Amino acid sequence: MDSKLFPEGATRCSFGQYLLWLGFISAMLLWGVYASFLIFYNGIGVTAMDNYFGFALWITFDLAVIALGAGAFFSGFLKYILKIKQLEKIINLTVIVGFICYSGAMLILTMDIGQPGRAWFGYWHPNVHSMLTEVIFCITCYCTVLIIEFVPLILEQKQLNRNKFIHALAHNMHVHMALFAGIGTFLSTFHQGSLGGMYGVLIGRPYAYRDGFFIWPWTFFLFVLSAVASGPVFTVLICTIMEKVTGKKLVEYKVKALMGKIAGSMLCLYLFFKYLDTWAWATDVLPRMGFTFDQMFYGLIYGKWLFWSELIVCGLVPAIMLIVPAFRNRPWMLYTAALLNCTGIVINRYVFTVQTLALPVMPFDKWYTYAPNWSEYATSLMIVAYGLLVLTLSYRYLPVFPQERELNS
Amino acid sequence: MQVKEFKIKWGMVIDIDKCSGCGACMVSCQVENNIAPMTQEDPHNHLQMMTTKRDDPSNKLRTLTWLNVYELNNGKAFPEHDVAYLPRPCMQCGHPACVPVCPVVATDKNEEGGIVSQIYPRCIGCRYCMAACPYHARYFNWWDPLWPDGMDKTLSPNASVRPRGVVEKCNFCHTRYMKAKDRAREEGIDPMELPEGYYVPACVEACPTGAIVFGDLNNPEHKVAQLAKSPHSFRLLEKLGLDPQVYYMSKREWVREQGDNHAAGDHNSAVKQASQGHE
Repeated sequence: MDSKLFPEGATRCSFGQYLLWLGFISAMLLWGVYASFLIFYNGIGVTAMDNYFGFALWITFDLAVIALGAGAFFSGFLKYILKIKQLEKIINLTVIVGFICYSGAMLILTMDIGQPGRAWFGYWHPNVHSMLTEVIFCITCYCTVLIIEFVPLILEQKQLNRNKFIHALAHNMHVHMALFAGIGTFLSTFHQGSLGGMYGVLIGRPYAYRDGFFIWPWTFFLFVLSAVASGPVFTVLICTIMEKVTGKKLVEYKVKALMGKIAGSMLCLYLFFKYLDTWAWATDVLPRMGFTFDQMFYGLIYGKWLFWSELIVCGLVPAIMLIVPAFRNRPWMLYTAALLNCTGIVINRYVFTVQTLALPVMPFDKWYTYAPNWSEYATSLMIVAYGLLVLTLSYRYLPVFPQERELNS
Repeated sequence: MQVKEFKIKWGMVIDIDKCSGCGACMVSCQVENNIAPMTQEDPHNHLQMMTTKRDDPSNKLRTLTWLNVYELNNGKAFPEHDVAYLPRPCMQCGHPACVPVCPVVATDKNEEGGIVSQIYPRCIGCRYCMAACPYHARYFNWWDPLWPDGMDKTLSPNASVRPRGVVEKCNFCHTRYMKAKDRAREEGIDPMELPEGYYVPACVEACPTGAIVFGDLNNPEHKVAQLAKSPHSFRLLEKLGLDPQVYYMSKREWVREQGDNHAAGDHNSAVKQASQGHE
């Protein structure tokens, strides 16, 4: 029915199957739209957040998807600036995933702030000392860059591209893409860093505060590195899931392994600094604030298992699996490592957000725990559904994978 | 960040040994500052009533208590068991954790007197300041404020009410400060040299045992300036370096010890620091 819109030489599932899949996505979306309506109408009292947990699932979700979406800027940097040609086979997907992650995070943020109508105040009344101001600036600017990077791919749609003007526009945008990749790299590095800096400057929160390093706040660099260490393999995971769902080869394994190698190298670099950071935090920062390392953990929910999972099981283990070619070149090991790597980064963003706030700082206060309620889950799933929708439409109608024809012939 | 110095530094010294935990300070604060009570239903909002339950006042993690009284105990069994009550307003820190993080300058420490402001029409409700404050002195308006019919007549014309979705906190009853300055001008007094007791927040006025003393910490004639230097005085979480303008005092050592964290060794430091300050 819509086969004329498919990419050149590509086959897609039947229209019926496609509609069924869209129906499933729509159901997820609608549930989230209902929750977001209640949130906009009643205020965020609808959620499970409270005066102790002002940052919660939404901020964790935002930080996680922004880190995982870092594949876009980092792969763009490697392809357009460092000219690693092989990456062109997956670069379109990294842009789409990045676009979904950033636009999704911004949608969540419009719900998360108490006064969405004042979101523009970040530009109008900026506090140049605040890390969050920088985040607001760079995320919105970078989202615009991602749109600019996504547009030529849409313009290359088979039917649209027949129009001479659109064809020329898409071509010219491609020619100048290195410029946008450069701007994207600059903006993305800064806000990934500022997101880390946001926590590192919290002088009253022992779990997050970092000082005494040669550059402050040190978390700035840790967040940049951890994002580029996980973003590329997140794209590999998305690609592999798409291959399993569609039953087609979309990107050759060599490229995926290269992405794994890049992420693995960055993960090693990140872990080197993260271990140093953790040691300095436990032996210097915490004692100065009157705390011990053991006091940072509580029960099962905020237990040490999270700490060890993040740094060893989802840190050191995937790092080794990704940098050793013998492991990396076995698909199941690459995908397992990618999954562990991404999980480690999500744990990192979770503990920095929630455990930081759960820890009682006043000696006579106590640990509080937080669990999201349905409205937070529904709206987060809405963003997942939105991502699935963008991926579905892109896969079906846009020439996302340059190797698809060759690999499936 | 450098600590900004002011000629006047409004501060409190709260004598924990005098506090009976009656909560009169909390109530007077709520009334003075038009803090809405928690109501589970909004009879004027039918759609909300059909879809959502607002919080009832028993959810203390959602209530707005600019001044909150904490109960402390020495962790011992009877007959050594001992309790203390610690009222916690905003500390009006000299080096506030909340001010530099606000992305839109909705909170500032930039006015003579050193009170940390909160500008409600500017606040976007991101709650970063709440994440930054270790004293939990900042509160978020989770719901539209609602006064049950009739109770709206108790609203004070002096303090603006806040919409949902913004952060608020104790400001040492700032409108009282403005009024005191106006009155001083009318009476020919220099507003920069208000006599002791000319301006006091509502909680100070309401405390039945006189546990809260208020004044200018920079003025040696004011009682607070003297009490702050007492060997029994301390500030909450001094190790963090936030330089609060609220002091506490207690003759009980275990109370002073609970003013800061000493888990990493350094026991009794609050006591030591206080006595060194006195010397």
